[in-house]
Amino acid sequence: MDARNAMSAGWGARLVLWAPYLWLVAFFLVPFLIVIKISLSQAAIALPPYVPTLDLAAGWSGLKTFVAGIGLDSYRTLISDDIYALSYLKSLEVATVSTAILLVIGYPIAYGMARAPRRLQAVLVMLVILPFWTSFLIRVYAWINILQTDGLLNRVLADLGIIHAPVAWLSSDTAIYIGVVYSYLPFMVLPLYATLEKMDETLLEAAADLGAPRWKAFWQVTVPLSLPGIGAGALLCFIPITGEFVIPDLLGGSETLMIGQTLWTEFFANKDWPVASAIAVVLLLLLVVPIAVYQNLQMRSVEGGS
Amino acid sequence: MRRGFAPWTDPSVRPLVRFEAVTKRFGGVVAVDRLDLDIYEGEFFALLGPSGCGKTTLLRMLAGFERPDEGCVRLGGDDIARVPPYRRPVNMMFQSYALFPHLTVAGNVAFGLKQDRVPRREIEARVAEMLALVKLDGMAGRKPHQLSGGQRQRVALARSLAKRPKVLLLDEPLAALDKKLREETQFELMDLQKRLGTTFVIVTHDQEEAMTVAHRIAVMDRGRLAQVATPQQLYEEPASRWVAGFIGDVNLLEGAVVAVDAQGVAIGGAGGRRYRVAAAACPVRPGQQVAVALRPEKLRLAAEKPEGVGENCVAGRVGDIAYLGDVSLYKIRLDDGAVVTASRANASRLTDRAIAWDDQVWLTWTPDAGILLTG
Repeated sequence: MDARNAMSAGWGARLVLWAPYLWLVAFFLVPFLIVIKISLSQAAIALPPYVPTLDLAAGWSGLKTFVAGIGLDSYRTLISDDIYALSYLKSLEVATVSTAILLVIGYPIAYGMARAPRRLQAVLVMLVILPFWTSFLIRVYAWINILQTDGLLNRVLADLGIIHAPVAWLSSDTAIYIGVVYSYLPFMVLPLYATLEKMDETLLEAAADLGAPRWKAFWQVTVPLSLPGIGAGALLCFIPITGEFVIPDLLGGSETLMIGQTLWTEFFANKDWPVASAIAVVLLLLLVVPIAVYQNLQMRSVEGGS
Repeated sequence: MRRGFAPWTDPSVRPLVRFEAVTKRFGGVVAVDRLDLDIYEGEFFALLGPSGCGKTTLLRMLAGFERPDEGCVRLGGDDIARVPPYRRPVNMMFQSYALFPHLTVAGNVAFGLKQDRVPRREIEARVAEMLALVKLDGMAGRKPHQLSGGQRQRVALARSLAKRPKVLLLDEPLAALDKKLREETQFELMDLQKRLGTTFVIVTHDQEEAMTVAHRIAVMDRGRLAQVATPQQLYEEPASRWVAGFIGDVNLLEGAVVAVDAQGVAIGGAGGRRYRVAAAACPVRPGQQVAVALRPEKLRLAAEKPEGVGENCVAGRVGDIAYLGDVSLYKIRLDDGAVVTASRANASRLTDRAIAWDDQVWLTWTPDAGILLTG
């Protein structure tokens, strides 16, 4: 009886442990393997638009025909034309600069929230989350309205006498940065707030007592202790911004050359699924590096016991 | 305690710390109320009182975390009310220790020295010296979360001493330790204070702790000083009923002054009992309502009515006996219902208890055992 109980408890515990892995295998690993498989094929006018296709019904011979037909042609295409490398670089540039701007804007907001009176903090968190109540697409469309030549921004700036002729905000990097920073701010503020809110305020008193004025205490105590939050916020922003498609497409105009656009063009305009898949595989490999860095940071903070 | 160390009795010595008519309010609540207090160089000074009495506020004003609303706080004669905490030659050991979790033990101890841009070699030497002082050599590379509670307490102490402050402030420094470790650490603190000669100001709600470590104790109640005195004076010459009750156990016998003569003060109490107190700390006049305070260990307990004793002798019945090991406490119910506690040392291992529940007993005491309280 006891043994059977222990057995069932063991199965239950194992199921709980395996559930997230099963999820990842079914909805991430398997699709990703399919993408890799497509990236090794050649584009063709067919349905699906690539050859060879793996015919599992044909058994061993089917697999042999498939292996004989695949190759690294798509990856060679990625190297042969600058446009892909330039797209990756542009995406990384936009992601890096935006993350830096987000950190500079988000940190004071999170700090202010964490230092606000307790009962106000819940309201402030709500205000940060509030934009999610509206569809992301609608919010980005709203920015088109604000940024267009006869839009709100130009009219306000003109009324204030700051500009005399309307500025063409749309279809520029500035518009992309405005859209990205606006959309991702909550993802920076919330993890920062979570770490700053946990921080013991007597540590700042201790720093002051030991001779550190406020700004020194900030750099020597607050910032190092909020590193896990900075890391989490930066990666939560950096990774999706790198692959961002909607914001540059709507605000950056057709000239924008971010990797999301290039991938879209290959997939929908050129109908070249293998190259599009290869772009996705390389993008993932590029992003594995920051994810690994983040994991490492997390592990250290867990070991650090803070 | 150092023999003969009593700068507070010498009018020519100027105090190191001086609170002058200091008032501090939080909202409508008065935390410290027009308080005057002098603390002398080299003193181990304790601020003692129940929670919310203002002792921590007083300490935080000295550290610079709170600014007095009225009055001034002087350090070495200078008004320091407007000096920010980071420019005061005063360091604090926090109740929570407030160790920086991202720094090692050495990094924590060096923090204050680094702010002052002390040369690196000197910092290293001072950190090693401080860690040796608190017996934490070899722990320099550990992080706070790798230490036990007692070790963390020592790091906090080393960190607050590293800058050689003029005054070390200790906010309930031992509250988080278990009883045994706390008692050991009390003696180590005294030893450290004697060796360094630094002025220590400790805040505590534990009267035994204050009595153990301090040269002088300020007993605080609702933002005011109830009494400032040495531990012995506090116990043997409390200034008021409140102080007598707060420090140790006490029996208060109420009565009215009958006569003041060469033998002291005669007092008439309930049930026609007569008490005599050898001397009064302040002048009293016949008819005045007073209390005679008696410590339990100063009462003699007898099973037979003592011969030829008229004053300072009350009869009662044993209501309760508490055996505490070293002493036993007897709760004696007097004829008028009042309960008096007497204690007896269990000096011998094997005694049949001569006095048992419900026995008729007599309590006697000498005229110099009682304390006459008017306040």
